[in-house]
Amino acid sequence: MPRYTLQINGRGYPVDGDPGDSLLSVMRYEFGLAGSKFGCGEGFCGACTVLVDDQAVRSCVAPLAAVAGKRITTIEGISSGTKLHPVQQAFLETEAFQCGYCTPGMVMATIGLLRTTPNPSEQDIARVMDRNVCRCGVFPRIVKAVRLAASRMNRTTASENRR
Amino acid sequence: MSGQYIELSDPMPYRFELHRRDFLRVLSAMGGGLLIASMPADAQESGRSGSASDSPELASWIHIAGDGRVTVNTGKVEIGQNIRTSLAQTVADELRVAFAAVTMQMCDTDLVPFDMGTFGSRTTPTMAPQLAKAAATARELLIDRAAQKWSVDRSALSAADGRISATDGRSVTYGELTRGETLVGMTNERAPASPRSAWRYRGTAVPKVDGRAFVTGGHQYTSDVTRPGLMYGRVVRPESMGATLKSVDDTAARAIAGVTVVIDGDFIGVVASSERVAKRAAAAVRAEWQPKGGQPSSETLYEYLRKTAQGGESGNRQGEIVTGDVAAGRAQSTRVFEATYRIPYIAHVSLEPRTAVAEWSDGKLTVWTVTQPPFAVREELARTFRVPESRVRVIVPDMGSGYGGKHTAEHSIEAARLARSAGRPVKIVWTRAEEFAWAYFRPAGVIDVKAGVDAQGRLTFWEFDNINSGPAGLRSPYRIANQRIQFHPADSPLRQGSYRGLAATANHYVREMHIDAIARALGADPVEFRLRHLDDPRVCAVLSAVAERCSWPPKPQPGRATGIACGFEKGSVVATAAEVVKSPDGFRVERLIEAFECGAVVNPDGLQNQIEGAIVQGLGGALFEQIRFADGKLLNGTMAQYRVPRFKDVPVVDIIVIDRPDQPSAGAGETPIVTVAPAIGAAVRAFGEVDTALPITLKT
Repeated sequence: MPRYTLQINGRGYPVDGDPGDSLLSVMRYEFGLAGSKFGCGEGFCGACTVLVDDQAVRSCVAPLAAVAGKRITTIEGISSGTKLHPVQQAFLETEAFQCGYCTPGMVMATIGLLRTTPNPSEQDIARVMDRNVCRCGVFPRIVKAVRLAASRMNRTTASENRR
Repeated sequence: MSGQYIELSDPMPYRFELHRRDFLRVLSAMGGGLLIASMPADAQESGRSGSASDSPELASWIHIAGDGRVTVNTGKVEIGQNIRTSLAQTVADELRVAFAAVTMQMCDTDLVPFDMGTFGSRTTPTMAPQLAKAAATARELLIDRAAQKWSVDRSALSAADGRISATDGRSVTYGELTRGETLVGMTNERAPASPRSAWRYRGTAVPKVDGRAFVTGGHQYTSDVTRPGLMYGRVVRPESMGATLKSVDDTAARAIAGVTVVIDGDFIGVVASSERVAKRAAAAVRAEWQPKGGQPSSETLYEYLRKTAQGGESGNRQGEIVTGDVAAGRAQSTRVFEATYRIPYIAHVSLEPRTAVAEWSDGKLTVWTVTQPPFAVREELARTFRVPESRVRVIVPDMGSGYGGKHTAEHSIEAARLARSAGRPVKIVWTRAEEFAWAYFRPAGVIDVKAGVDAQGRLTFWEFDNINSGPAGLRSPYRIANQRIQFHPADSPLRQGSYRGLAATANHYVREMHIDAIARALGADPVEFRLRHLDDPRVCAVLSAVAERCSWPPKPQPGRATGIACGFEKGSVVATAAEVVKSPDGFRVERLIEAFECGAVVNPDGLQNQIEGAIVQGLGGALFEQIRFADGKLLNGTMAQYRVPRFKDVPVVDIIVIDRPDQPSAGAGETPIVTVAPAIGAAVRAFGEVDTALPITLKT
């Protein structure tokens, strides 16, 4: 069984793994990173979404070999201390959740989206976040949260650029 | 009738053989006398009569700590409907404390009073008043105590902000009065509810309790529970439904380090030290299954349901409504309209799959699990493992949704069985494939509807036969003198049970589509036609509200149409208008307007969220969802193949909440879903013939 070292939230996690072992399984059940959720194991519900080198990836279908050596960011790694990431803050203020099971995945997918598309339209959101399901049906609020986060993050970037 | 809420017709039986040894031990200890415990046929009937949540003692509901923190116990489950927040609003109001001082302790069978389960939109109309009474009782008790303490008449005292204050300026905190001791006494069942004008937290959009934890991933679900020595389990499933085990070779599985294989009758499970090893071990088990032949498919389903339907003259009288004389009504009709609708099975697809963590310790079984009736699961565990209920504890952390799909105990039983053999706590997380194939569905149905109108265009009779789908929502809101409405149980080839709204989704669809068809045929305005036959002012109000919002009647425009539907269910009323446009692959829903009224609104933001969510979920049942199956296997039982609503499917959603502060608060978790499909179906009829079935399909 090969040994991999996974870089997650700036920390190295060594693990002996089989090719078929998923990133999600080792995160949740062996590294104590239970924030990413298991919903389908097919990469079709998005509850397990993490960022790998800033791109949204469904960790339930990400084999260890594919993500070793890359920079993995999970829901546990985006707030700094007590300060929430702007996307988290926007979801909280919009109360863009009901049961909350999809929420970590939605937050991570949103961060991934905003990195490439800082000002997404509803169509952009629908297309890029197609893999993220909210069965409770909170999509309209999530769209509001994404756009609220986008506008705040763009303001911050704009004011930083002006300095 | 509790059977109305949980319509499970076929609980998955586990009869473990491991008990034989234990059972014989008990027998011999008793000198050979036979102890026969009665086993209720329906796993969901707990055998308790009386109120759904009974406990007269105040202390079983409320505790006030010395620092003023209030803990409130309830057996209700938080499944995303936000009762953790709304129930706390009720208690904070009645007890007169700050909202932040209240903590809900939910769903631990060792700590909370018995509860029948969280379903049927019952929490708001039944649990909230129960907690209100307990809180009011506690408040009055504290006033009494302060009166005693100060030797004043209680009329000089008032309760507010967690303090009892006297007119002479003295005041004392609740915590100082209770000193954290158990509250003594009974809940006053006659404690008057505060008037709406006295509501402080209720009626306001209090943010969801612990909201922060949801956005940080810190919120704990059952699958996040860890225990010392925890192991991971997986069940090896039959290849098809109804298949029986012919042979099993577990050599390869057992060869994997740290793996235990458990074989008990047809039950095959593995336990391993990690989830990924458990997955490997389960895959390594070689089992041969004898398929059950002759099963209907989704193609032959409706014919099969009709063939096996009970009822008629000598049949089942369940859900029967008869008024007037249908034959006479027919005779008065100038036109008669008949249709048969086909309703498929659909799946709940809760994002959180069935999960359980089971731990045996000193003869006591503790199970953390996802379920809507925790006490029923406790009973089923006790029965399956032949231990007293007092030695079983069921804890339900906040769930990743349910929609009525998590009533049953099988995963709890599986985890407990594996934990018993492993001698360690075991966590089982069902795969999505298991969640599709081995849980249960919203029932399929065949529904026959017949109605007539007289020369003046008035409905003369209404005949409605629902085969298999269920009796919920059978009652029509329309004034029709002659009605015969019946539910006919049938043999369901697939396991079926509760769903959000139960059969009301199917029954409202058929009723409203038929009313729409009749109105069209008469050249009558569908809204006016309904209003002519409606007496209930609440239904009229929501119907008029959506009609106004969509500027009814719509100006005829090519490629655009609007459909309308209305109904009542579980104490609340709803109407939906759907604006639909023609598109290259049929049609697209552009806007859904829904008016909803459930009495006095407890949390306007939470309510709006629930309505919107139900509407989105309703889109699935209306447009995409159906289970396809053949030879005991699902043909679309994966997330990739079973289409659920996604971002791209959501139209503009426009919600009108009618607040009725003068009315008691009703639940809102289900009713908003029931008029979505018929509103869309009625609109789509403008583009061509619509198949009398769900999902809505334009016949080409």
